[in-house]
Amino acid sequence: MAVKGTDLVKLLPKKTKCKECGFPTCFAFAMKLATGGTEISACPHLSDEVREQIEELLAPPIRPVAIGTGDKALVIGDEEVMYRHEKTFFHQPGIGVLVTDTDDEKEIERKVKSVEEMKFIWIGHALKADLVVLKSASGDKGKFLSLVKKAADMTDGAPLVLMADDIDTLLAGLEACGKERKPLLYAVTEENIDEAISKLGQAEVPLAVKADGLEKITALTEKLKEAGLQDLVVDAGSRTLWEAVRDQIFVRRAALKQGYKPLGHPTITFPCFMADDSRKELAIASALLTRYAGIIVLSDLKEDYLFPLVVLRMNIYTDPRVPMAVEAKIYEINEPTNVSPVLLTTNFALTYFSVANEIEATKVPTYLAIQDTEGLSVLTSWSAGKFNGETAGEFIKKSGIEQKTKNRRIVIPGLLARIRGELEDELPEWEVVIGPRDAAGISSFLPELVGRS
Amino acid sequence: MSYRAPVEGYKGKIVEVVIGKGDRAVKIGGENILAFNQTFDEGEFPNPPKIAFEVWDMEPQGWAPWVLEPYKDVVSDPAAWAKRCEELGADFVYLYLISADPNEKDTPPEQAAELVRRVYEAINIPLIVYTTGNEGKDPAVLTKVAEVLGGENLLLGPVIKEDFEPIANAAKEHGHCVVSQAPVDINLQKELDVKLARILPREKIVLDPLASALGYGIEYCFSVAERTKHVGVMFEDAMMQMPIIANFGAEVWKNKEPKEREELGIAWEEVTAISYFLAGANILVMRHPEVFNVIREMIS
Ligand code: SF4
Repeated sequence: MAVKGTDLVKLLPKKTKCKECGFPTCFAFAMKLATGGTEISACPHLSDEVREQIEELLAPPIRPVAIGTGDKALVIGDEEVMYRHEKTFFHQPGIGVLVTDTDDEKEIERKVKSVEEMKFIWIGHALKADLVVLKSASGDKGKFLSLVKKAADMTDGAPLVLMADDIDTLLAGLEACGKERKPLLYAVTEENIDEAISKLGQAEVPLAVKADGLEKITALTEKLKEAGLQDLVVDAGSRTLWEAVRDQIFVRRAALKQGYKPLGHPTITFPCFMADDSRKELAIASALLTRYAGIIVLSDLKEDYLFPLVVLRMNIYTDPRVPMAVEAKIYEINEPTNVSPVLLTTNFALTYFSVANEIEATKVPTYLAIQDTEGLSVLTSWSAGKFNGETAGEFIKKSGIEQKTKNRRIVIPGLLARIRGELEDELPEWEVVIGPRDAAGISSFLPELVGRS
Repeated sequence: MSYRAPVEGYKGKIVEVVIGKGDRAVKIGGENILAFNQTFDEGEFPNPPKIAFEVWDMEPQGWAPWVLEPYKDVVSDPAAWAKRCEELGADFVYLYLISADPNEKDTPPEQAAELVRRVYEAINIPLIVYTTGNEGKDPAVLTKVAEVLGGENLLLGPVIKEDFEPIANAAKEHGHCVVSQAPVDINLQKELDVKLARILPREKIVLDPLASALGYGIEYCFSVAERTKHVGVMFEDAMMQMPIIANFGAEVWKNKEPKEREELGIAWEEVTAISYFLAGANILVMRHPEVFNVIREMIS
């Protein structure tokens, strides 16, 4: 629910010929303000009260929250849509691992380390978890503090979440890791909210708010806001899959569709408390990831489960308005020579990566001709008329491949067997060979092809 | 300002499609909400998503050992394989007639149809029959299957814009449902649906907007499936109100990661399945029985 310029102008003084903001009229200023093109401070004629009112209207419907500092900080919230196809999801949820002060030393070290060290390279990005979530479970403050210290020392700035039932333990934990580390403190509840306001009011760290259900959450977030505490992350307490998903949907809808500020905060979720085995935990984590979770806390980081989860996160948070495309050109794989064959496909990034990977694995020197299909996949680009005999023929002629290799065999995707004739008409010098339907078929197809030649 | 639960209601409703007949009839669709919002009273989801297991009509090549394991003694006998799927709890058998493809064995339509009949007689659950999407061959095969299994109300597919007419006509004549398949494109999907709906009632059509795997284009397919469902349920477009089939088993298991380790493969298929499930798919076609167990528990 973006604010409209016409709503803002009602609050402005409407001084004619003032122009101190640099705009000809208050109306022009309001219009620009609504789209983020100027700052409210440019108008000197506002009372504090009106300024606050306008700031509130301009604030993003879901408040961004930063956990941690510097380039290691995790920023969540500040989302604008319910569904990724409406625009895009902007801030990837943080994935954390739960470490408790009752875990044994080795276990603690392994888990803490895994947050920074367990990485997966995917299409040129290093994907990993983000947060170390430290929980006081022993009831022994000393134990919790040594856990916090240890985790803070062992990590290279990874954002932390501190979990304890009482405010004093949280405060002590905050001292132990250092305020400047900006951990998220979990949690402010109905029981401790007054104490939290008096003791954490000046702490300048983000706070998690936990209650039983969203209605109770709103009472807490409103009270904290009055006390000037607004960097909040909410947990509606549901610990079954579909209730948790429902709460995620309701929080997002309340914030975006109702403009309801008390729920305009990112969320924290706990698959670690919702499942008794890793597969179920992964199922819950992926459902919550797709449905708006701001933080996802797992019981452990295991490669086989974390890998698909971080890939899903990347997929769901890519910008759907930008096709994933690679540069259209001739790629040289396995050091091709002047007799190497040519494989042709589209510049859809995933097509390129899977085909290139497969060719590489065969060790067969090959030219991979990647045609510009605006990032569309093989069949889609064919239906859109961007990948057919004519366009492919033109691309091959202009690509310079005819100078690079004397081999006049060109392999087209098996899915497009139907363009063979058209392409042969365009490229009379070439023999057009129908390749496999799937990149996976290249491993047997390509060695056979060169064996034949 | 006090809190009001932001419950939404929509006017559109997914068509209820019945596949199979008599004791083995299974209903899909019928919901007037988005997937899994039934848990908060927004509307009804009378038929929870259903799960189909794949059976190939020839011994599969290149399957990871762990997806082959549950079937390894039956892979050369599609009827026995289908029976195994039923025992494992599948709602449907998804029979893939790959051998009929001219690039494979080019089996004649009569032979393919005979095989379908054998498989059908071996099981007590409804049957989905897919060919490879070869517009030159598919119509001959699927019309023959329609004829031989006349009246059994199979789900036949895919029909694509190049070959929908003969297949849809055969389905009409012999009492079957068809799958309308468009390449990850909501406009092409609708165009084809409009044409199909002139031949068959909507209650005989299922949509296949294509489903790629996690890490290999799932974001496109997820959003197209999600949008398709929105257009039907929220915006009441009658031509997009048919149930959706998400056929991702083969897409998942052809990739490197699922073939590396069994547990990674299970996790990969599981995450893929959940994504389509949240996007609104009414039938999931999958491979690993362990994934089935996890998903089944989520659905119930
Ligand atoms: S400075 Fe303020 S009062 Fe003056 S024109 Fe601009 S918005 Fe209006």
